[in-house]
Amino acid sequence: MANKVQVPSDVIFTIRRYDPDNDEAPHYEDYKVHVDPGMTVLDGLHVIRETQDPSLAWRYSCRMGVCGSCGMLVNGRAMLACNNQILDISNRRLLIAPLPNFSIIKDLVPDLGLMFDKHRALHPYLIRESDKEEMENPTGEYEQSEKELVRYLQFSYCIRCGCCMAACPTLATDDSYLGPMPLAQGYRWNADTRDEGFDDRRSVAGDTHGAYRCHYAGECSNVCPKGVDPARAIQLLKTQLVKDYFHLMKKGAGCQSQSSRTGNERNPKIPDPPPFTVEKT
Amino acid sequence: MRETKWWAWHMIAGIVIFVLLGLHMLITHFDDILGWFNVLGPSHAIEWQNVVARAQDVFFAATYIILLVAALFHGLYGARTIICEMNIGVGVRKFVDVLFWLVGLSLLIVGTWAAIASMAIKV
Amino acid sequence: MAEGKHYPNKLGIAGWAFRGRWGVDRYLYTLHRITGLGLLLYFLIHIIVTTSRAFGPEAWAQWMDMFAHSWIGYGEYLVFLAFAFHAFNGVRLVILELFGGVGKPIEPIYPYKTSLNTQRPLMVIIILIIVVVVLVGSYDFFVHTKPLFQ
Repeated sequence: MANKVQVPSDVIFTIRRYDPDNDEAPHYEDYKVHVDPGMTVLDGLHVIRETQDPSLAWRYSCRMGVCGSCGMLVNGRAMLACNNQILDISNRRLLIAPLPNFSIIKDLVPDLGLMFDKHRALHPYLIRESDKEEMENPTGEYEQSEKELVRYLQFSYCIRCGCCMAACPTLATDDSYLGPMPLAQGYRWNADTRDEGFDDRRSVAGDTHGAYRCHYAGECSNVCPKGVDPARAIQLLKTQLVKDYFHLMKKGAGCQSQSSRTGNERNPKIPDPPPFTVEKT
Repeated sequence: MRETKWWAWHMIAGIVIFVLLGLHMLITHFDDILGWFNVLGPSHAIEWQNVVARAQDVFFAATYIILLVAALFHGLYGARTIICEMNIGVGVRKFVDVLFWLVGLSLLIVGTWAAIASMAIKV
Repeated sequence: MAEGKHYPNKLGIAGWAFRGRWGVDRYLYTLHRITGLGLLLYFLIHIIVTTSRAFGPEAWAQWMDMFAHSWIGYGEYLVFLAFAFHAFNGVRLVILELFGGVGKPIEPIYPYKTSLNTQRPLMVIIILIIVVVVLVGSYDFFVHTKPLFQ
């Protein structure tokens, strides 16, 4: 793995190309790249584009594993191109293809639109109806203890790269399955004590193509580049839904705003907000 | 919510089957070694006198019916799950649901009738 | 949204079985499906066959003779194998999905340990149990050979 001594090599990149204007179907093309130790797959793709074939297309942005743009299938495994060094994977040949289970726009660029639609369907934001006044005119923080934070922290590290969706066996055949990323994010908000939106998410998460189409193959957690462990989130989501069905769900006290504890005085340590840029109607 | 209900009972049925079918496997396949179920005698579990002995025992008749319900529900819901994950349309899914309900209920009626009718066999 | 001609790129059923470097749990899932379908098929026929006991010893013997002197008896061994795997893996799945076997959420620190690591001991124990059950059952089927199988 990462402790292997890397030796400069010539590596063949076999890349699945597809040009929507000219091609009927994808095909493979070979490029020989001289790889120095430390080069990532993303660096290799840049070398190809700059010196051999300027028409190669793929997504990238931060080149450091936080934006989630460069997800692709490398030697059969879904991973971020920027996060993995070529010589850690192979010193002979890299087979690079776009993420499976998404349709291909061009070359290595998948269409992630469906994933984001499913994500939206699970209301992945704070829903808190009981505190409307506080939400509009905040007077203080919603404090989270360490225990409350760790309930959802690892699931909040998701960078929406789509690697988990590519690795999921259910998504391989079922287009309508929500997928590990949306479900894990749904659980992230359910587990957040500040959130009150479980009822809104329940019908989507417990739907025919919701959490129950996961059968714990665990591939999503296997490939996740940020350790989000969506498989764990989905099983915990199922437990929540079943407990709720049997009316065994403990309704916690939730997280109270600071103002409800100390009266409606705004915490003096918090600076005033900037003036509204949009007229409030 | 409906899917939650069905899936929750799918899990519960699985546990019920684990216990009852385990028992059934012990009786039909392991009793030669274990000899625990002496009410059947030391002979083979599927020979006629043992079959009748079990059929007329209320415990066996009742647990056969429970096992039948649990296994039909668990198995058919599992098969429905596999089919639903194959990108079928809503219409096909509804057809599969109706078909499986029909198959399940018919086999349930057949099996329950057999369990009750065989309590009255004369050896 | 990106418009234009998109090329479909789904793995299909191959995505259930083989496509790349996967963990053991994925193969357990595929095997669970296959054994489940096999068991269901056997079960539906089994209901019809055992219903014959309500019609008296002759009807029963007719069915049993059909199975005794044929390869179908060996099919029962496969059913037993399928049951051993499906039942104990099913117990593992119930523990993972309903009783918190996946472990509590943690703060992820690289190198990441996921729920796959947390459930590994359970998986190993379950597989060992399956192996033991299969060995004992195989002894009963083949060593204690019943005259039915001749």
